[in-house]
Amino acid sequence: MNRAALLCALGLLAALAYPLLVPNYLVTIGMLVFFTAFIGQSWNIAGGFAGQTSFGHVVFFGTGAYTSTILQVTWGWNPWLAWPAAMAAGGAVGWMIAVLSFRAGLRGSYFALITLAFAEVFRILANSVPFTKGGLGMLLKSDPRPINFQFKDPIWVYYLALLLCVVSLLIAWHLTRSRFGARLVAIRENEDAARALGIDVFAEKVKVLTLSGAMCAAGGTFYAQKYLYIDPGIAFGVDKSVEMLLVSMVGGAGTIFGPLIGSFTLMGINEVTRWLASVVPALKNVQPLSLIVYGIMLILIVARLPDGLMSLFRRKRRHA
Amino acid sequence: MLEVREVSKSFGGLKAVDRASLDVAPGEIVGLIGPNGAGKTTLFATIAGFHRPDAGTVTFEGKPITGLAPHRICAAGMVRTFQITQPFAGISVRENIMVGAYLHTADRHLAAREAEAVAGLVGMKDQLDQRGADLTVAGRKRLELARALATGPRLLLLDEVMAGLNPTEIVEIVGVIRNIRASGVTILLIEHVMQAVTSLAERVYVLNQGRMIAEGTPAAIADNEEVIEAYLGRGAAKVLRA
Repeated sequence: MNRAALLCALGLLAALAYPLLVPNYLVTIGMLVFFTAFIGQSWNIAGGFAGQTSFGHVVFFGTGAYTSTILQVTWGWNPWLAWPAAMAAGGAVGWMIAVLSFRAGLRGSYFALITLAFAEVFRILANSVPFTKGGLGMLLKSDPRPINFQFKDPIWVYYLALLLCVVSLLIAWHLTRSRFGARLVAIRENEDAARALGIDVFAEKVKVLTLSGAMCAAGGTFYAQKYLYIDPGIAFGVDKSVEMLLVSMVGGAGTIFGPLIGSFTLMGINEVTRWLASVVPALKNVQPLSLIVYGIMLILIVARLPDGLMSLFRRKRRHA
Repeated sequence: MLEVREVSKSFGGLKAVDRASLDVAPGEIVGLIGPNGAGKTTLFATIAGFHRPDAGTVTFEGKPITGLAPHRICAAGMVRTFQITQPFAGISVRENIMVGAYLHTADRHLAAREAEAVAGLVGMKDQLDQRGADLTVAGRKRLELARALATGPRLLLLDEVMAGLNPTEIVEIVGVIRNIRASGVTILLIEHVMQAVTSLAERVYVLNQGRMIAEGTPAAIADNEEVIEAYLGRGAAKVLRA
């Protein structure tokens, strides 16, 4: 236990020192690792801990991104104020999807498919209603000052992503030691038994999806502030959903560090394959190479390590 | 303590439970027996809120609980176990039992301590760190019992906790059930293992094709002509007596 705490402290120190030692390009990659780990964790809380697998988590991400962007562009809000509003909107969408699907008794793959459908509906809506400016997308005015949630130096974006990631880790850690978390795991393992033991399964599932939605929406706002542009494809595209699910599954769904390790691994593959493609002439036309490696990796994980990379650590510990 | 009045439950055209009534008084161990498919588990599930009855009422400690959700009934002090054991497979025995204990405390340490105490009561102290999935059949049955007990019930509904156990394990679990009753918990149990029912229960109800056909002490039930025929077939009572 103490060794784990020491490892966490060392890891955090390394993460804090990292951007001071590497070129900007690598700082941004580090930022993406933590950002993806953060939105992956938002998926993991509902999909990993509570077992409510979603294929459409991007619906929360997009809701967050659009809410804060519309509040700024159309209503002149400060982004720091728009951020909590975006989280509230993401939580509200999570609450709504949960109430509708769990009232209807949807479980497992049916729930996963309905979330995918919701994400698609939101994408099409964002494409067609006037207040999102449709397919044109929305542009945030560049004015890089901290008060505008925009930073000239990528190091601050990195630290903000790191902070989000740490907060999400703390939330996951809390789940492993609280009654709420224990109830979520019970629901994941066996809903009927959970119900018999006095757990209000419906209420707990609604709670966790609301929390997960609010977290993911926070990531959406962060993304919009970093790139200053969103459109329906970016904000509600299925690839973000897959990314969140993938980092959790690769790292280990239902574990604290799963999404972080998954994000680290996938981003590493991404960079290595990009580099390989640039130095090995034969691979130049195999694009994108990273997707092929992702695919192989996913197959290997599902076949050989269904509990993700985290289970490697656990297995080692059991032998020790 | 528990009053079940004229409860009926149908699935499509099949009347699984047909105007069944039963009573359990505080401190009793009451048995519910009947041939396969008699509707025992359906009656249990209906009492515990997993099915909504088509007709009839269920009253627990003077309060009507007909049609309440299972988690509310559990919170009221009545909890059921499953005939087909439903462990939380991926987590440890300790964590399994803690889920039950969390019903009345949000404190992790308190829940863990309670889980250990309950594990002691059902003889699982040495298995606390095993995963639910790694337990034997007997272990799973005990876990069902332990988890239910950890919720702190006043009435425990046990659905065939002895099915699939060998004679030694049955003797052990009979002892465990006696201890549970001695600790102040009333017990209603469905059982197939007749010997266990007769040694445990003070009173027995017999369900056949959804209907209550007899009620009485185990000895009286064993002599009841209708009961013998329900189990062994028409005319069996006459043959036995001859």
